[in-house]
Order: sequence, then structure tokens, then C-alpha cells
Amino acid sequence: MSAFIEKTLRGFSSASEYAASAELLASGGGLLQDVDPRVKVAGLFGLVIVVAAARELRVIGAIFAVALVLAFGSRIPVVKLAGWVWAPVLFFSGLIALPAIFLTPGSSVFAAGGLTITSQGLRSAAFLISRTETASTLSALLVLTTPWPRVLRALRTFRVPVVAVVILGMTYRYIFVILRTALEMFESRKSRTVGVLNPGDRRRLAAASVGVLLSKSLQLSGDVHLAMQSRGFRGEVYLFDDFHTRAADWCWLAGFAALGFTALWWQR
Amino acid sequence: MHIPDGYLSPATCATLFAGSTPFWYVSLQKMKRALNTRMIPLISVFAACSFIVMMFNLPLPGGTTGHAVGVGIAAIVLGPWASILALSTALVVQAVFFGDGGITAIGANCFNMAIAGSLAAYGIYRLIAGRAAIQSPRRVVAAAMAGYIAINLSALLAAIEFGIQPMLYRDAGGAPLYAPYPLHIAIPAMMIGHLTIAGLAEMVLSAGAVAYLQRAEPQLLRATAPGAIMAGSDQNGVTTRPLWAALAVLMVLTPLGILAAGSAWGEWAPRDFSDSATRSQIASASSNTPLPAQAPAGLQKLASFWTAPMPRYAPPLLKSAGWGYLLSAITGTGIIILLFLAIGRVTRWRME
Repeated sequence: MSAFIEKTLRGFSSASEYAASAELLASGGGLLQDVDPRVKVAGLFGLVIVVAAARELRVIGAIFAVALVLAFGSRIPVVKLAGWVWAPVLFFSGLIALPAIFLTPGSSVFAAGGLTITSQGLRSAAFLISRTETASTLSALLVLTTPWPRVLRALRTFRVPVVAVVILGMTYRYIFVILRTALEMFESRKSRTVGVLNPGDRRRLAAASVGVLLSKSLQLSGDVHLAMQSRGFRGEVYLFDDFHTRAADWCWLAGFAALGFTALWWQR
Repeated sequence: MHIPDGYLSPATCATLFAGSTPFWYVSLQKMKRALNTRMIPLISVFAACSFIVMMFNLPLPGGTTGHAVGVGIAAIVLGPWASILALSTALVVQAVFFGDGGITAIGANCFNMAIAGSLAAYGIYRLIAGRAAIQSPRRVVAAAMAGYIAINLSALLAAIEFGIQPMLYRDAGGAPLYAPYPLHIAIPAMMIGHLTIAGLAEMVLSAGAVAYLQRAEPQLLRATAPGAIMAGSDQNGVTTRPLWAALAVLMVLTPLGILAAGSAWGEWAPRDFSDSATRSQIASASSNTPLPAQAPAGLQKLASFWTAPMPRYAPPLLKSAGWGYLLSAITGTGIIILLFLAIGRVTRWRME
């Protein structure tokens, strides 16, 4: 059987599993799960910006430590966080950062076999990896502790146009519809294939699958449009907002703001 | 290609976000006008489809596999504005929900892939495909080039964004704060992978999907093919109107041939060998090789074998050399066209 079908199926499955696990964690109890989504969006995205602006490794390290505490308090298994976020980010950014240790000019720390590790190179690699890991952990905390529709509704508070919020919400929903269609297409093809496809046939199969998906998507969008119209959709979009900010949420907001400002002040 | 958080400074991210905003606004307005209530379901479903397409593992020549962004096929099927919105939406969902690409880098990723990629892919596709028939192989080539160039343009933009970081942002000790490599390393490092594997993946996807749609769903290709000739109306799938115009211009310009001095090398008549002025021209054009005293016997014998009705492009009925050239051009071209029309008719008749 062609490896590319297996690889594609694995990719589809892992995306579905991640989404299912995220929904399960978000609907469970925990420290961040109980916080108003608007406060979480403001607080966690604010911290991502602070991490991006940080010019000291200790600042990034401190925010990463806070993210770990929040993950622990929100009952997010560290093993899952490591599998979903830390390991892929470390692999990707590590590959990119590794040559920087040798290529960045600066004061030599270690030299052997014609290669020189510089202090500036080490710091540069540490900045890249720590920043990416911390920002990714904070982003994951939001998604793993908040159902996606509530994250989107919270975006309205920050003046994101309602059309954009609705499109993002529908996109998310139809990703899984089309994902299932693609999964079924590949599985049915796999069940009908005997032997090994030659490279040309493999490419034709992949390209034809994309063409079929595009065609099905167009048909689906027509069906969805008719369904929306039959329910009275005339182009105006309204979103129900059932958020209630409690005293605890204000405390969380104050906490996020204090952490952000402290981090910025600390590196002055 | 999906830039994560931490690779670009907040200022770069903000600039690219601000640069993307007008494109999003214009796309939204154009789509609202064109689609009205259909916009939301169409963009949403296509954004979801783009998301899935980005997960496809494409088999590439050489035995490897690669992921494509799908920017080429999205721009070809949806047009540039809908493609910008659909891909931007897919990138936002990828960044926020699946952690593929950074939240702070959403503006940069959308600018590189969704905006620059879609506009480049659409422009190149339209430029190369021209008014070719929907089923024309030229559209497959156009799609391949559109996908390949668009993804490489996106990669180049990302490389430039990476490459300017160490020039602008360093800590007190001189260590780069964000992407660590300068332009002379970032650009080759990004482009080698994209000119080969990623570009090839995008090329295979765009060309393959267009080839499939030509056979199965040609109406999906009509939106970005205004004026495309219907299949069967043109044997090559290429509009011939410009060629006819060019032919007419060339025929009108044929009298310019009179301006050329001397005679064409090797096109000599027997009497040229007895004319002293022509003999010296032939000798100087032949590296001063000595000429025979008179025309070769074979030439003399065969020159009279066939007398052309319009010798030397000068029909006997016309006094003016210019008009003679023009008439010769029209007559010659007309004979060739009639000949090929006859061949075409015979071939069609035999096929039927």
C-alpha cells in the first residue's frame, strides 16, 4: 500500500484526536476552565505578546513557569502537553536553532574540529526555542481550557468583525465534516487497492482527491447556504453573548495584567 | 512556511498585520458584493477544505512526500479575493486551535501565503492560460507554474522577514533576539527547500487538481477563465486571433525586403555569374572565394526546369516592386492556408 495514503490518514486521525481531546479537556473542570473566556483570551494572548517582546531569557522562563502552573491547575496532562506542543516545537525550532550556535558571530565558548560555539549563538538559540515553546504553551492553554465556540464569541469583545467570527466558527465545524469525507475517500481507496501504486498514479490519486474535495466543498457550501436561507438567514448575523464576568474573573484579569507588566518592568 | 511565535519581532508582526488588513477589507467587500448571503457558507466551507488540503501528503518525484499550501488551486478555483479570505481563515484556525503557526505571526503568515500567494498564483495563471479552452493542456501548465511561483514567492517573503530580524533586533550582548540568520543565510536556506520539495508539491497539487477538474468538473474552472474558448472550437485550445493579426502585419511589412542590399547567399541565378557587380557581391559574401567564370552547368540546366509565375516576387502584371512583394506575400500565404485547410478537412473526414 502506498505510504502517502497511510501518512495522510495518520495526519487526519491525529487532527481529529487532538480536537476531541481538546473538547474533552475544555468541558472538564479546572483552574482556567472556570474563567470567563474573554478574560482568558485577553490574558493569555497578552502574555504571548509579552513573551514576543521579552529581551531577557529569565522573563520568558518565568512566564513559562507560570504557564506550567496554569496547565497543572487546569488538569492538562503534562504528557499530552509534551506530545502535542513541546516535542513538535522543540524538534522544529531545535533544527532551526542548532546551526545558529555555530554560525552566530561572537565570543567563543567552545571550539573543536573547526567549529566554534559562541555565547551569542547559544543565547540566540535559547531565545528562539524558549520563546516558541512558551508562546505555544500559552496558546494551547486557551484552546485546551475553552470550547472553540466560546473562544470565538469572546473575540467579539475585541472588536473582531462578526462576519469573521461566524466564518471562523463555521470553518471549524466544516473542517471535521470535510476531514471525515477525506478520511472515507482515502480509506475506500485503500480498501480497493491491491499491490503498490506507481509514483505517477500516486500523484494522480492525490491530485484527484483534492479536486473531488473541492467539488464536494462547493456542493456542500450550496447546501449549507440553502439550509441557512430556509431558516431565515438574510445576510445579517447575530451572536448570543451569555458571558458573565464574576469577581473572580476580574481577579484573574488583574493577575494576568500584573504578570505582564511585572515581566516588562523586570527586563528594563 | 507557517511562521511560529518567537521568530519575528512584535514590530514586524504588527507591520505585516497592518499590511494585510486592507487586503482582508477589500476581499470582504468584494465577496459581499458578489455573493451576498452565499459568502459566509462558501468562504467557511472552502476555508475548511483548504485546511484539509494542507494536511495532504503529496507523493513527489524522487520518492519523497511533501505538504502543499493549496494556494495555487484555491486562487484558480475561487479567484484571488475569495482565496485570500479562505486561506486566511484556514491559517487563523491552524494557528489558534492547532498551534500550526504563531498567534503573533498570523498577520505575517496570512500576508505571505494567503495574500501574496493568492494574488501571484491568480496573476500567473491568467497570464499563462490566456484565453485557452478550459480543457486545454495550457491551463495545466499555467496551474503548475502558478502554484510553484506563488509558494516560492511566499517562501521568499518569509525568508526576507526572517533575514531582517538579526539586523534590527539584538540583545545587549549582540545575540539575535528572534530569527537568528541574516538575509544571506535565511534566503538560500528557505528557498532551497521550496524551490525543490515544497514548490514541487504545490506544482503537483495545482496541476494535478486542474487536470482532474478539466475532466470531471470543468465548470469549477470557469470563474477564473473569462473568455475561455469552449472545447472543440479551437484545435489547439489557443486563441488564433493574435496570430492572424500578426500575419497581416508581416504581410504588409514584406516590401521592407526591397531595402536589403545585395542578393541572398546561395540564391543566385545563372545570369548573376555574368554580371560583374553581382559577382563581386557573391565573392565578398563568400569569404572572397574565387567564383567560376560562368554559372555551373548544373545550375544552368536546372534553372530553366521550372519558371515561376511570380519570379523574384515580382508579378509581371505589376510595375511597382513594393506592390509586387505584397501581392506575392498574400498569394503565398493564401496558398499555404488553403493547403492546410484542405489537409485538415481530409483528416477530419477520415476520422469521422
